[in-house]
Parts: sequence; structure tokens; C-alpha cells
Amino acid sequence: MASLSLPTVESIREQFPILQQPDSHGRDIVYLDNGASTQKPRCVIDKEVEVYTKYYANAYRGVYEFGQRIDDEVELSRESVRGLIGAASKEEIIFTAGTTMSLNLLAYAWGSHVLKPGDEIILSRMEHHANIVPWQLVAQKTGATIRYVPLDDQYRFDGQAFEQILNSRTKIVSLTGMSNVLGATIPVQQVAEAAHSVGAVFILDAAQSILHQPTDVMKQGIDFLAFSGHKIYGPSGVGVLYGKQELLEQMPPFLGGGHMIDQVFDDHSTWAAAPAKFEAGTLPIAQAIALRPAIELIIEVGFDWIEKHEKQLLIQATEQLQKIPGLKIYGPAVSEKGAMVSFTLEGAHPQDLAFLLNRHGVCVRHGHHCAMPLHKILDVSATVRASFGLYNTHQEVDKLTEAIHQARKKLRLT
Amino acid sequence: MIDRLREEPVTLSSLEEIIDEFDFLDDSEDQIEYLIDLGLDLPAIDQSLKTEQFLVHGCQSNVWLDVEFVGNPALMLVKAESDAMIVNGLVALLMAIFNGKTAEEALEINVREIFDRLGLDRHLSPQRKNGLNGMVQRIKVAARLQLT
Repeated sequence: MASLSLPTVESIREQFPILQQPDSHGRDIVYLDNGASTQKPRCVIDKEVEVYTKYYANAYRGVYEFGQRIDDEVELSRESVRGLIGAASKEEIIFTAGTTMSLNLLAYAWGSHVLKPGDEIILSRMEHHANIVPWQLVAQKTGATIRYVPLDDQYRFDGQAFEQILNSRTKIVSLTGMSNVLGATIPVQQVAEAAHSVGAVFILDAAQSILHQPTDVMKQGIDFLAFSGHKIYGPSGVGVLYGKQELLEQMPPFLGGGHMIDQVFDDHSTWAAAPAKFEAGTLPIAQAIALRPAIELIIEVGFDWIEKHEKQLLIQATEQLQKIPGLKIYGPAVSEKGAMVSFTLEGAHPQDLAFLLNRHGVCVRHGHHCAMPLHKILDVSATVRASFGLYNTHQEVDKLTEAIHQARKKLRLT
Repeated sequence: MIDRLREEPVTLSSLEEIIDEFDFLDDSEDQIEYLIDLGLDLPAIDQSLKTEQFLVHGCQSNVWLDVEFVGNPALMLVKAESDAMIVNGLVALLMAIFNGKTAEEALEINVREIFDRLGLDRHLSPQRKNGLNGMVQRIKVAARLQLT
């Protein structure tokens, strides 16, 4: 991408082809479902096309020219992930299919490795199902127990309760860096320190946080971290699992197959070193390679700019939406959350509302957002979520607000 | 508590009227908006019906449904309501299909055919179809019970 000395939302937006066209009804697209998936910049699309049109081959297999080029490109991408999250070496970066795959890998491989009956896994009440269900599976298998950190009355992670729950039986603390419903964040470094003080490992589900705020695994004390390419303006089908080298050495493999072995005998095998040990089979090759330009774009724009811009959008949306009669926002104060607003509108079912907003080109998500336990606490079966990205504008927030007003009229709400 | 502005009581649309309007609208989003209008015009059911007993399972939104037979010969009267207006529109459609029918007639109705005719099948999500099937099943069971 062109060098941006001072990025503007217009110059960023121009790089996303999908935002340049109207939808099939001729409406401008107001894409506010970035929490579910983000749109792709031209550089990411071009990179995938480049792979397939210029040098595609399987990775880590061929000594021919294409094979070499593919290997180099995958390694360059691995290095860019390392840089993004501040890992010590690129050998700590494992490519997976996505956050769900990364967390399942951890639950199965690390969970089965360390958990014994009576041991405890700590999650919070605002986790995505992908950071609940894999732990339930491993808990049932090992006899471990899951304990949940409650939220306080302002929908914040309750740090005091966390420290009370933490004890010598705690072996794993796995938390979301940003709730995909509330937008609530957690004090990562403090939580990691507390987890380490009882000898537990700290896992960060960074699926929602990675694109909104800087991450530094070494400084913040993160032992394992998971995120998805498609939620960071990169390709779908590729994700990342970061693990501290010494932990990756201790962790047994999850999937067996090609590329992950050192030696295969009739009755047993020995493993390659990480990351290969956890990358059995063929990688999502073009997707892993095209993740790099997405990361480069984020780094070039810079988290200073992203955080400031998205905070302004969040403040504007919150101020406008909370004035709408019957509208209730779920989440902490704007100073303690990321760029998303989940809400209900009294008298309007979320699925009606999402449909009516789309009549104005506004794309939002409705439902339980793969967080049923959280919705139970919120005492609603579904919410509507508007989640922002670096290309969203103040005019788009205005359009969201106006579309909600129109939906209220349509639904004959006074 | 927020009130919905109740407009003047409306006579419910007949199946023919609904089919004509669907043909006229053609665009799927316009058709769904029309379903919302049908849903908004549907009279509210008695609060006493909004219990677990009358709740239709398989719906993303809440749907309460009861079937009565009135008169001689006994004709079907579906009483139902959803908290989602798109679904309430589907309820209105089912009422247009089944109300005033005898149990025998109701059992012979092929709802799928009517939905295909409307082109509704294409833009109903699997969950919504699930809920719809749940409603149709309740109505058919009530018709069968009426005959036993």
C-alpha cells in the first residue's frame, strides 16, 4: 500500500474495494459487523491472487523454485505475526484454521497434558463459545472443573472475584481480551501475573482484541494466544496460535500427519520441533501468506490512530444510541471497552431490527453472538451488535442512528 | 414500557390478497417488509395464552399458538402471536391459510406448496423454517385431535 504519513479514514477506505460499491439494491454499504468478520483490503486480495498466479506450490515440500518461494513467503508472514504480537521468535507462531481451531488445539493438547481430576480451569462469564466448549470437553475427559469469573454490575471483568477464585488447583486461565458482545476488555498484564503466581498458564483469546489494540505477549506475560486472520482484515481460513517456546516444547501434538514428524516407525513416531509439530497436513497456504499484507496495513496505520479513531466512533454511537427511547446498551463505559455497541430496543425483536436496518444498507449482527451464557446473565435471548473497524466513518454512525429511528417508526413504536 | 401505536383495527388479509401482494412486490426485501406489515396488523392474543404450554419450540423468537374449532360444522380458528414481526407475518399467513377450514380440509392443505408459490422458501433462514414447521405441525396435530 502507499505510504501514509498521516492516515485518513478516506485513504484507508479507498483500499477496500467492497466498500466502493453499492449493494444489490443500490444502497451504500454501511458495514458494522466487523466483530463477525472484517472486509479485505486490495493488498490482501492481490497477495492471494499473486500466490495462485505466480508461484503456488505446497509449503515445506519442494526444492523447486515455486516451493522455495512459497516457503519464504509463509516464513515472512510468520515473521510479521511475530512482530505484531511481540513474540520472541517466529518459531512460536503456529498457523491454524482460526481462533476456534487454535483454542481446541490448546484445550486438547495442553489441557490433556496438564489437567488431573480436581484441577481447575478459569474462564469468564463473557467468553465466546469457542473459549467455553473446548474446555468443557477436556474437563469432562480429565475430571477437571471449570470456574467462571463473574462480571461486576457495570459489565466489567471482576478482577477481585478472579483473584478469589484463583488457587493452587488452577492450572489454566483462558480469557477473552475483548468480549464479542460487551466490548469489555481485561487488564491482561495483571491477570497474567496473577495466573502465574499460582503456577497456571495464561491463554488470551485475542479474536476480538487483536485488531483494536496493541498486543505484546512478552511484556504482558501471555503464555498462549489465539486469533483469526479474517477478523484482522486478512483472509478467512487461517488463524494463529502463539505459544511460548518452552511450553510448545512440553505440549504434545494435536493432529498427527505430514510435516509434523521427525521420524515415523511402525509403532511410534517422534516429533518435529514447533511450529511444524503443530502444523500437520497442508497449511492454508495462500491465506497464511496473504495475512502479512493485512498485518502490514495495521502496523502502517498504527494502533495510535486506530484506537483514537475507533474510540471516537464508539463515543459518537453511544451518545446517539442512548438517546433513542427504549434502547438499552449492554457493556461497560466507553473508556473501558472496545469499538462495539450491543443493544436491545424495547418492543423490537433483534431479528426484525437487523432486517430493517439492512433496508438502509446497515449491516449488523443479531442473535446470541455465540455467547449464550452471557446472554443468560444479561437476561435477554438476543441483542443487536454494531461493531466498528478502522474504515468506518462518522457518517456511517449517523446512518446507523437514523436507520434505528426509521425502524422504530416502521414498527410503530412510540 | 414502550407502546406500539395500534392503528385502526384491520380486517386480516385473505390468502389471495397475500399472494397477489407477493407477486406485485417481487423483490424479496419488499416481501419481508410486507410480512412485517402483516405482523403488525395481527391482533394481540390473550395474555393467558403466553405460557410454556402454547410456546412453539424451534423458533428463534417466541411464538405462542393455540387452535380452536368453533361452530357447526367446526371450523378452525388459529390464535397465535410472536414477539418478532417477521414471524408474526408468517403467523398471519398461516391464519389466512387455515382459519375457516374444517379439520379434514386443514389436514389436506400442503403448506409447502403455498410457500413455494410465494417464493418464501428462498429467503427464510433454516432456523425460521424450523420455527415455521413447528407452527404448521401444531396446527395439523390439532386438526388430527379434532377428528379423533
